[in-house]
Amino acid sequence: MPVIRVGNGAGFWGDNLDAPRLLAECGRLDYLTLEYLAELTLSILAHQRSRNPQAGFVSDFLTVLESLAPVLAVQPQLKIVTNAGGMAPQTCARQASAILSKAGLGETLVAAASGDDIFPHLDELIGSGESFMNFDSGLALGDARSQIASANAYLGAGGIVTALSQEARVIITGRIADASLTVGPAIHEFGWSWTDWNSLAAATVAGHLIECGAQVTGGMFSGWTAGLSLDNLGYPVAEISDAGQVVITKPPMTGGIVSTETVTEQLVYEIGDPAHYLTPDVDADFSQMHLAQIGPDRVEVSGAKGNPAPPRYKVSMAYCDGFMAAGTLVVCGDQAAVKARACGELILSRLRTAGVNLARTHIECLGTGDTLPGIWKRNNDALEVVLRVGVHDPSRAAVERFVREFSPLVGSGPPGVTGYTGPRPSPYPVFAYWPTTIARERVAPVVEVHTAADWATTQET
Amino acid sequence: MSTVPLATIAHARSGDKGNHANVGVIAYTPAGYEFLGRYLTESRLAQYLLPLRPRQIERFEMPGILAYNFLLFDILVGGASRSLRTDSQGKILSAALLEMPIPEPPNVQEMLPPEKSHE
Repeated sequence: MPVIRVGNGAGFWGDNLDAPRLLAECGRLDYLTLEYLAELTLSILAHQRSRNPQAGFVSDFLTVLESLAPVLAVQPQLKIVTNAGGMAPQTCARQASAILSKAGLGETLVAAASGDDIFPHLDELIGSGESFMNFDSGLALGDARSQIASANAYLGAGGIVTALSQEARVIITGRIADASLTVGPAIHEFGWSWTDWNSLAAATVAGHLIECGAQVTGGMFSGWTAGLSLDNLGYPVAEISDAGQVVITKPPMTGGIVSTETVTEQLVYEIGDPAHYLTPDVDADFSQMHLAQIGPDRVEVSGAKGNPAPPRYKVSMAYCDGFMAAGTLVVCGDQAAVKARACGELILSRLRTAGVNLARTHIECLGTGDTLPGIWKRNNDALEVVLRVGVHDPSRAAVERFVREFSPLVGSGPPGVTGYTGPRPSPYPVFAYWPTTIARERVAPVVEVHTAADWATTQET
Repeated sequence: MSTVPLATIAHARSGDKGNHANVGVIAYTPAGYEFLGRYLTESRLAQYLLPLRPRQIERFEMPGILAYNFLLFDILVGGASRSLRTDSQGKILSAALLEMPIPEPPNVQEMLPPEKSHE
């Protein structure tokens, strides 16, 4: 029975840079996926692109690709599928292609899959009847329209399947559903119909389980003990058969663990109603699933059912919402908790005296139970406490004024204040989340495939 | 009545969904799942999480993997983009839930985790 091995070497932007190479070297992979885009990553990328036309994608991917080039050279079966393209899949493809060409892989076919960015057409889409109501809050777009910074539809596996059918070996997408990075290869390899809902659901589960990288192989595991080695942590591999059977595993001789417990924890990670795990590919039902340990670090995953894909694409919009910053100080000795809280209040009262009234503020005395106040048992006896103050305001100047108030407390606050060296915290723009939907037919996926040599010589359009 | 932490009979994982969070609570054994089904109701969880003021809590069953998934609506005070909390994304809600005191079930021995394979 035909089986493909799909490994995921990145679970988020900023994940371990060595993991993709280590996984590709010893994972016997057919596909290496790299997942980089959280809900709001695209707004940060849009912000970067507004300052630099060569930016707008996940630059970590270029570093990773450089490390993967020697592996691509000796593993002819290996293909890479990633959403590193972010706001600029073509720019990413061009720069990735330069790396491949330099490594002697200029003949490699590289695909850029885009069409998810609907921001340029927003007014036109509103004119044609899309209201872009916030599906969490129920609010109409209204005044927020002028503050929208990015708007991307979550596309499905279609672009990846198109690219693979044109023999692309490195596929760089913008926003697509995370699980679709895995579903695309499975559809291509097994020729599944787009209405083979149960198979699509099975591959979607596989994608969901590996999309966060090491979180299914022992990272974040509640059963952690000092005896569980997370050094040289193995990143996950999903084995998927043409009949939709799925096994989650990891390369041999690596740290971590794949057990029914680690896989169960990841199965429930960031899901809503398990009977309706919605992607653009399928409405997957996880509610009747089973897991079985079929060998060391091998867990069989079964029982996913599929129903027809939802009629609308999810859209992630971000709107500009002022500026935030958070700073810390360390307060020690007798009454550390009381002193830390006083320092936090002092920062805010000195700002008020200076005429700076911040819209939102939050003081935490870490070590006293403040990460979840009222839930953790309160501890006011610690001899060292981290004071953390976070603020949010429409004015950048006000937030810039705030970050200056930490260092002075060392000499002008209670005794025992330290931890003030290092750079001041930086104010950063806030891109708030506006989840909404759009009719499928209003979004047009685009796939462009060229050799790396050709990409590297094409010009920006 | 003697109590034990929820961690005695279950493990968990949490994460964010915009301004909402979810926590999956997974029993180690079928007996534990059956107990949690009766004890860990939406209203009991709401009471435990009251200081965090979730707007609403909804429980879903996943019997094949002995899990209950709880959706905690509007618990994140702005979520990943706007929350001023250290834990803006609800990553530690699972750890908090595992500290929840539960009445010790008479058959607690049937609910304990199996031997850890990696120890």
